[in-house]
Amino acid sequence: MTQFNSFHLLYLVDAAKWTILLSLIAFAGGAVLGMALALSRLSQWRALRWLAIGYIQIVQGTPLLILLFLAYFGLGILGAKLEPVVAAGLALTLYTGAFLGEIWRGCIQSVPRTQWEASDCLGLDRLQQYVWVILPQATRIAIPPTVGFMVQVVKNTSLASIIGFIELARAGQIVNNSTFQPFLVFVCVGAIYFALCYPLSVTSRYLERKLHVAR
Amino acid sequence: MSRAEAVLPAEGQPIDQVPIVRVTGLEKSFGPLKVLDGVSFAVQPGQMVAVVGRSGSGKSTMLRCLNGLEDIQGGTIEICGHQVGRPGSWNKAQLRSDVGMVFQSYNLFPHLTVERNITLALTLVQKKPKADARRIALAVLEQVGLAEKAQAYPEQLSGGQQQRVAIARSLALSPQVMLFDEVTSALDPELTVEVLKVMEDLSRGGMTMILVTHEMGFARRVAHSVIFMHRGRVWESGPTAELFARPQTIEFQQFVGSVL
Ligand SMILES: Nc1ncnc2c1ncn2[C@@H]1O[C@H](COP(=O)(O)OP(=O)(O)OP(=O)(O)O)[C@@H](O)[C@H]1O
Ligand SMILES: [Mg+2]
Repeated sequence: MTQFNSFHLLYLVDAAKWTILLSLIAFAGGAVLGMALALSRLSQWRALRWLAIGYIQIVQGTPLLILLFLAYFGLGILGAKLEPVVAAGLALTLYTGAFLGEIWRGCIQSVPRTQWEASDCLGLDRLQQYVWVILPQATRIAIPPTVGFMVQVVKNTSLASIIGFIELARAGQIVNNSTFQPFLVFVCVGAIYFALCYPLSVTSRYLERKLHVAR
Repeated sequence: MSRAEAVLPAEGQPIDQVPIVRVTGLEKSFGPLKVLDGVSFAVQPGQMVAVVGRSGSGKSTMLRCLNGLEDIQGGTIEICGHQVGRPGSWNKAQLRSDVGMVFQSYNLFPHLTVERNITLALTLVQKKPKADARRIALAVLEQVGLAEKAQAYPEQLSGGQQQRVAIARSLALSPQVMLFDEVTSALDPELTVEVLKVMEDLSRGGMTMILVTHEMGFARRVAHSVIFMHRGRVWESGPTAELFARPQTIEFQQFVGSVL
């Protein structure tokens, strides 16, 4: 048994890189998927709408843990043995996309109908309406709930430890197993999570203020 | 039935001139509610036509039908050569380039400057180069007396100024016909005056305009002809002076009595 020392701390900080990587994968993949789902939900094409609704309902109704199991063990049995980081990234992307899709659909719909009508009367087609009129306004509305959800995702990456992926939370467990100083270790782990999440909230507030002024 | 179906002649113009807007037997329902029940009228180029009537008589709905914002259940609408409402016989993009519309609630784009509000469709739809679009934007802003507000955002303007920008935005696309739906109803009286002034100037300049309005004084003074709508029909219509001098229906008499 060793005392908690600077090597342990470095180990934790190093593991936090994986937490960051997983979060970035989840944001990037989830944003693309979420945008596709939000637009599908609002599509004039009924089949697309139902497809998106079905996906969102199923994924939102499934614990992230189960998604992780499915992506790692499930696909493994089907012959697609994924690296833990890939499986975790996939599960988090599917999960994040479902939630961002619903959040963003709500934001798009909260842009007044009259903005659609006015841009229609000026002759803009649907794509132009989205790009130039609707999405810029929806973005402003979307920032607080999106960042709020992103903070959740950062913390939820800790679930990836369950499939053997060593990220921040798992690293904390490992350090604790050798030092038996749980209070100290997990306070450190918690502090690193906070250091990751707090800048997000600050950025959110900054963006909100900036976009509010520039409108 | 009196003059309800009459084709409106513009003052001082030959009656046989081809109308730029011709509506016949227009019918529109929202579910079981029949809102327009056989609306017919015609508008000559260069005319300003005021549409008046009580709340709920179908004025806004009629205007929205003209611009293809609502589907219709019966009748025909011909506007600038477009057969609006009959599927396949009109092209939305072409209709948009010929017909402008201004709303009661301005509907400016809040995230864009006044100038960008105006240049947006010029560059995206009419594919004008940026410099040309800017020049047009400044010209129409000049026309509505707001050239110095080009870089302002809508929320920095008064209601009257916002509405003038909305008119300029529509005007920039050089439509042949402009539709106005109670564009001064959300404004204080002082601000109403400046917007009405802009519309009067437009009409002087020869723009064909159909405006739904509660400004009876303005309609009486400036409009070439007036359409009185009641229960989803054109109840009475004709050249302004004549119509007000000799109202034919009791409903119009009562309406005029209640608003003046
Ligand atoms: N989208 C809609 N769905 C259902 N009913 C509608 C809709 N739009 C209008 N109506 C109904 O149609 C009728 C006519 O409405 P419209 O807005 O055309 O009247 P208006 O003459 O413009 O009245 P106002 O002077 O109050 O603006 C009203 O009874 C209204 O409730
Ligand atoms: Mg109305």
